[in-house]
Amino acid sequence: MARRWNVDFPDSSSSSHPTVADPPGFARSTPDLDESSGSRQRNDTEAAWKSQKAWEVAQAPFKNLLMMGFMMWMAGNTVHLFSMGITFSALWQPISALRSVGKVFEPFKDPRVDLNLPRLLFIALNLGGMALGMWKLNTLGLLPTHASDWVFSLAPAKEVEFAGGGASF
Amino acid sequence: MEARFFLRFLLLLSLLSLSFSIYEDQVGLADWHKRYIGKVKHAVFHAQKTGRRRVVVSTEENAIASLDLRTGDLFWRHVLGKNDVVDQLSLSLGKYVLTLSSRGSVLRAWNLPDGQMVWETILQVSNPTDLLLHVLGNVKSGRDSLILACNGGFIGAVSSIDGVIVWKKELSVDGLKLKHVFQPPESDTIYAIGFIDTSQIALYHLNAKTGELLKHATQSSPVDLSSEISVISIDSLVVLDSTRSSLLLIKFTDGTITHHHKPLSGIAKDFSDTAELIPTKLNDIFVVKTPSSVSFVKVKGDNELELIEKSDQTGIVSDSLTLSEEEQAFAVVHHSSNAINFQVQINGREVLTEAIQIEEHRGRVKSVFLNNYLKTDKSHGFRALIVMEDESLLLVQQGAVVWSREDGLASISNAVPAELPVEKEGVSVVEVEHTLLEWLKGHMLKLKGTLMLATPDDMGAIQAMHLKSSGRNKMTRDHNGFRKLIIVLTQSGKVYALHTGDGRIVWSYLLTPLLQSQRCPSPSVLTLRNWRVPHHNALQENPSVLLVGRCGPSLESQGFLSIVDSYSGKELETLILDHSIAEVVPLPLADSSEQKLHLIIDNDLNAHLYPRSSDSLKVFIGDMANMYYYKVENAKGVVKGYAFKEGHGTGSSDEYCFSTRELWSLVFPSDSERIVATARRKMTEVVHTQAKIMTHQDVMYKYISKNMLFVATVSPKATGGIGSAGPDEASLVAYLIDTVTGRILHRVTHQGAQGPVHAVVSENWVVYHYFNLRAHRYEMTVIEIYDHSRADNKDLMKLVLGKHNLTAPITSYSRPEVTTKSQSYFFTHSVKTIAVTTTARGITSKQILIGTIGDQVLALDKRFLDPRRTANPSQEEKEEGIIPLTDSLPIIPQSYVTHTLQVGDLRGIVSFPATLESTTHVFSYGIDLFYTRIAPSRTYDSLTDEFSYVLLLITVVVLVVAILVMWAMSKKQDLQEKWR
Repeated sequence: MARRWNVDFPDSSSSSHPTVADPPGFARSTPDLDESSGSRQRNDTEAAWKSQKAWEVAQAPFKNLLMMGFMMWMAGNTVHLFSMGITFSALWQPISALRSVGKVFEPFKDPRVDLNLPRLLFIALNLGGMALGMWKLNTLGLLPTHASDWVFSLAPAKEVEFAGGGASF
Repeated sequence: MEARFFLRFLLLLSLLSLSFSIYEDQVGLADWHKRYIGKVKHAVFHAQKTGRRRVVVSTEENAIASLDLRTGDLFWRHVLGKNDVVDQLSLSLGKYVLTLSSRGSVLRAWNLPDGQMVWETILQVSNPTDLLLHVLGNVKSGRDSLILACNGGFIGAVSSIDGVIVWKKELSVDGLKLKHVFQPPESDTIYAIGFIDTSQIALYHLNAKTGELLKHATQSSPVDLSSEISVISIDSLVVLDSTRSSLLLIKFTDGTITHHHKPLSGIAKDFSDTAELIPTKLNDIFVVKTPSSVSFVKVKGDNELELIEKSDQTGIVSDSLTLSEEEQAFAVVHHSSNAINFQVQINGREVLTEAIQIEEHRGRVKSVFLNNYLKTDKSHGFRALIVMEDESLLLVQQGAVVWSREDGLASISNAVPAELPVEKEGVSVVEVEHTLLEWLKGHMLKLKGTLMLATPDDMGAIQAMHLKSSGRNKMTRDHNGFRKLIIVLTQSGKVYALHTGDGRIVWSYLLTPLLQSQRCPSPSVLTLRNWRVPHHNALQENPSVLLVGRCGPSLESQGFLSIVDSYSGKELETLILDHSIAEVVPLPLADSSEQKLHLIIDNDLNAHLYPRSSDSLKVFIGDMANMYYYKVENAKGVVKGYAFKEGHGTGSSDEYCFSTRELWSLVFPSDSERIVATARRKMTEVVHTQAKIMTHQDVMYKYISKNMLFVATVSPKATGGIGSAGPDEASLVAYLIDTVTGRILHRVTHQGAQGPVHAVVSENWVVYHYFNLRAHRYEMTVIEIYDHSRADNKDLMKLVLGKHNLTAPITSYSRPEVTTKSQSYFFTHSVKTIAVTTTARGITSKQILIGTIGDQVLALDKRFLDPRRTANPSQEEKEEGIIPLTDSLPIIPQSYVTHTLQVGDLRGIVSFPATLESTTHVFSYGIDLFYTRIAPSRTYDSLTDEFSYVLLLITVVVLVVAILVMWAMSKKQDLQEKWR
């Protein structure tokens, strides 16, 4: 079906053919024209800030760890809904954090900032959190670490012989 | 880990359901209860004028009952139990039922309308022999009348009002047996006639008021007297001599005895030495029965005998019925080709002959009780109670069966479960609720019930709906395995199939007529087994059951086998065997058509294989080296084990016959031990796992063997009743014996304990019940047995990688080391029978089903009988469900599976699994039958009937609507946010 009508708006955002003059005081190319010493200084402070932030982010799981530990202590060692929830969240949080380890440090990416150490600390702390979760799981008795966990549904062995009989009628 | 969590979860659930119980409105939803009375042996009809049409009967099962003559329903019933056999039944004063029981020592009066006991009198009887109960009508002291109970030489006169013994007289003459007591009208003298040994006739005159002996006379008899007598008038009787070839006519007039000796051949030629005198009370007529005929003989004058009728068929004769002073009637029943001929004679003159059609499966007539009624034209009409060969009771009147009662079911000896047919393709048997409206209405009602908004009417409607919609009475298999057939064998040899839904009889089959027509004169069925249980190979085949019996009363008589289709009750095959039957051994083997292999052991210890086909022979010979047979000889105190070998002992060439070779024998010292009980695991029981997890994740391996036999012996002095031996003389020894090698796995002695012992074996444990003489209480002991040789299998890596030999086949010859754990508990009740629940896969926890002395079934959780119970269980043990130790087992009223009902004279409890793992069928039988389904750990694998689907549906709909509304609202808000 053919178009009945059509209105063409000129693309005003593109700066190639400006039809309307820029307002006074507006310089289209201001950031591009930034240069030399002032900008380098600013870059240094930014890198320092980024590195500081990266270390902060890397240390964040530690607080989490402490809180988790407290919660686990509160939850006790019996299997019920609360302790289960705590344990699974303690396991899940590090895992999800580890999966997104790249994304967490994305904003601080800078050629002048060494992100390896914060990253390692972040991973180590999260692994620590996971270990704590596993330890809790074990204390709850939910890890198959005993022989009983592997034989609890083992079918009885077949008997070779059969003896039938009893008292006569 | 998930599994352990699951287990703990289960445990939590089972803790909640510590006691199994149902609500009042759930009674009758899954269970049914049927009341029977057993084979009738005496019947007395309620007097005509009282208006109520009732008959009082006493039965072989020792029940006394009052039946409605119009419908056959029970008005009341009392079960006296097997130690209190009813000997005589009579009516007194038109309002009391009198029973003489316990070999003539207990006389009781029951109120006729409601069956309440009015009085009970214990008569001290020295040596009970022949019992007589005689109600004297004309000794009137006020409105009282005397009841005479005679027993050997003892006469007791008891007042019928309050049961006080007015007088008693012991006629101290050795060998005296009183045979007849009478009192001439308008006289104060009672005459008692008896025989001294077999040679003398004695007559005693007693004062009716005081029992004083007035006079006595004896006279020696010309012949040896037998005990068969027939009273022909108030003062004369006929007695058969011990050679059964002649009769003696005895007459007592004015205190003198006159007798005439008449040879039987004088009456009719063919009276052989097998003649029997039928104890009837007819005026001047007696009945002589021979194997081929029944003859009526009239006594004329003093000593003239005349044969009035002789019928060639053997008939059944009723007692006489007094119509008036001169008229006496009796009934004779003969069999004709497909009906019975019911004949009534008055004074030897035939007044009524009717042919009555009776179903073939009821067999032959066993006894007849005649009753009369007045028709509108003042003539006499007759009706009769007929007891058939299958012990059923019929009322016949005007040529038709008015009602029938299946009282054979009161004497069940064996019960096995059977499947129902699978639902056929295309034929929809399941009735789905017809319309959506009806469906919704039903569920609205249920919802109302749940929210407690329902009116009583609604509750009734819900109840009716439950019953209807559950479809429990359909004749097809259901998904949960709730609908099944229970096939039962009764004492009379009849087989019935009962539906688990409502207990109705689906089919019944009496084997004996068929066998009698072949060369099997007096068959008796011994046992009932599952013959074919189709699983996967032969699903198109019908399941069938095997009946095994003997053709005669002796142990040596030849046996027979009969195979009956479980669906239809049709006999498929009957074999009369050439050999005797000592034992039937079902093997854990089946041939290609899923027929179970059975070995029949004869008295010469030869084993005969059935079914007789080359296929089954191949299967058996392939496995013969691993098949053993053991025999428990209770009398000798010996248990013996045998192996099979090919070839008949006598050298015959029957390839299906195998001889046996003795391997081992266990002889219990006869001066200190007597075998009182044996028990073994059910062959069909399924065990889920061999591991038992203890606290701290410890593992113990159960010793699970089908070949473990529990034997209990008591010291000979303690074999009698409780009190027959002191605590120091009595001891009970419990053995666990491996029946392949004869090895004693475990032996434990209980000092000061005695029987009766009831035991049940399941999985790796045995529970037995006995009496502790020191504590004066009943006790129950549990023994759990564990395989110590496997206890080292604890290496985690090996278990993870599967490098262990825990599932390798085990043999008894490896002599595994065993350890046991045991514990004893007091138990309040004495026990009649004991069983254990069985489920399809053996995962569900077990309950022990105890038949209590009160004829109820108590479900006791196995956890109460745990040997690991301690007084102060630790936290872990508590978590595991270990109950703190108590010295006695609790009896929780809610855990009676029979709730308020009683199973009269409870004899057996059978538990068989449903397809649903959590549920098991429980069928208990005695005089009554009771069936129910129980779930020992609650129905954790299915939603209960009360589950409200509508509530669930409404919740889901509300949630969906809420989600949609919220979604729309949030979109709208988003839009508004953007516009701002």
